[in-house]
Amino acid sequence: MLRIRGLEVAYGAVAAVRGVDLDVAAGEIVTLIGANGAGKSSILRAISGLVRPRAGTIEFEGKRIDGLRPDRVTALGVAQVPEGRAVLARMTVLENLLMGAYPRRDGEVQADLERVLARFPRLAERRNQLAGTLSGGEQQMLVMGRALMARPKLLLLDEPSMGLAPLVVAEVFRLIRQINEEGTTVLLVEQNARQALRIAHRAYVVETGRIPLSGAAADLAQDQRVAAAYLGGR
Amino acid sequence: MFLQQILNGITQGGTYALVALGYTLIFGVLEIINMAHGDLFMMGAMVGWALVTLLGWSLVPALIGGMVGAALLGVVLEFTALRPLRRKGGTNLSPLISTIGLGMVIQNLMVRATNGQPLSFRVPLSEGVIRLGPLQMTTAQLVVLGVSILLMALLQWTLSRTRLGRAVRAVSENPETAALLGVNVSGVILATVMLAAALGGAAGVLVGLSFVSVSATMGLPYGLKGLAVIILGGLGNVKGAVAGGLIIGVLEALTVAYGGAGYKDAVAFGFLFLMLLLRPQGLFGISAAAVRRS
Repeated sequence: MLRIRGLEVAYGAVAAVRGVDLDVAAGEIVTLIGANGAGKSSILRAISGLVRPRAGTIEFEGKRIDGLRPDRVTALGVAQVPEGRAVLARMTVLENLLMGAYPRRDGEVQADLERVLARFPRLAERRNQLAGTLSGGEQQMLVMGRALMARPKLLLLDEPSMGLAPLVVAEVFRLIRQINEEGTTVLLVEQNARQALRIAHRAYVVETGRIPLSGAAADLAQDQRVAAAYLGGR
Repeated sequence: MFLQQILNGITQGGTYALVALGYTLIFGVLEIINMAHGDLFMMGAMVGWALVTLLGWSLVPALIGGMVGAALLGVVLEFTALRPLRRKGGTNLSPLISTIGLGMVIQNLMVRATNGQPLSFRVPLSEGVIRLGPLQMTTAQLVVLGVSILLMALLQWTLSRTRLGRAVRAVSENPETAALLGVNVSGVILATVMLAAALGGAAGVLVGLSFVSVSATMGLPYGLKGLAVIILGGLGNVKGAVAGGLIIGVLEALTVAYGGAGYKDAVAFGFLFLMLLLRPQGLFGISAAAVRRS
């Protein structure tokens, strides 16, 4: 579904991604793990069109999308949940969800809205509240619900567990697995490697803009080097 | 009579609010001040004048024509003074200068075209006076007030209830998030600039109607007044622009009635100065401290 070859991303003279090959097959959960600043988010930003790659190709369903404007990429069925729970704080919960369906012109938006509200009762209770007044966990639910409103084929998640309480983190990971089981392909960027490896099918380790290691998530979870560097003593 | 002065002030304030809304819309999405706004206002008035005087159109089509004319000039503004600078990623000060430049070009062209003389703007309207108890309004005043209210309501509805309005608000809050949600950010910016220009153009036609004249330099005082209004109301804030416009309009009317016409601007800007001391973020603005916290 997604095929990346020789991807390079640079901000000015600073190279963030230095030649990455990456594949995501339909139906998978693939995770990118690695330290802060390793280049994980830059890979996502290149896929969604927020940054133009310096070199390399990105294909989605066989079509080149590198260098495409973000709204065009979204229209193809790629939804990104950005880092840091980017809710539209001055808009209501309901308006945020409607913004998720912005590119859609079909008549089923209302039905999907009901479905998302049924899935997140907390959001349903707060539907007319401004999104900025929600708690961190509720905001994470909102951005994920909003992404679902786009009916994406591929969901890009950037650090969805960051800064959340452990109970909420567990809920977020349960939700990701559920969304995947319903047929959405997921590319997950996480610093919480232990949890990410638990739900993912395959994983890539990202280090200083390269991928030194990749494989089945279950194998990587057992790998000495991964354990030492990313799973720590936790 | 006091109430009568309030009513006159509200009528005048409605046009200030329309001008101010144009500033506030553009500030909302681009965080810049469009210094050519007064000249878009003037061009709206000029197009309205031409349609009424040269082509014999009646008021409503001429008003719409003035709005369309200003909106088209808004397209020119976006592609000459705004977008090229945005691409270069300069500071928010560069568009301040580039819009002043475009405003000057427009104004000078119009000064040449009109030989610097004001043009008489006579709209075929019944000359009647409407009485409502002790209050009275001319037909022209009634039209100005009615159209101002209608346009403000229409804008409010567009922003709060339509797909385009949600996109405008999303871009104004966070262009990157809006783009990820599938919004064509450049397209929304263009639409916002056109909408802002159209509101300015409508205000121009209404002011021409009130004063029975239009001129190439009529944009400057209104442009400055509109700026005062948005600073009073809070930058980027629709409610603030409306409230600020009405307050300044009423203050001016009261000053003219009880103090003297010569003090009109002094009182309006004096009040603005006082407000800035007491509430620097404007009536409806959020303080810089609160913005940093969020």
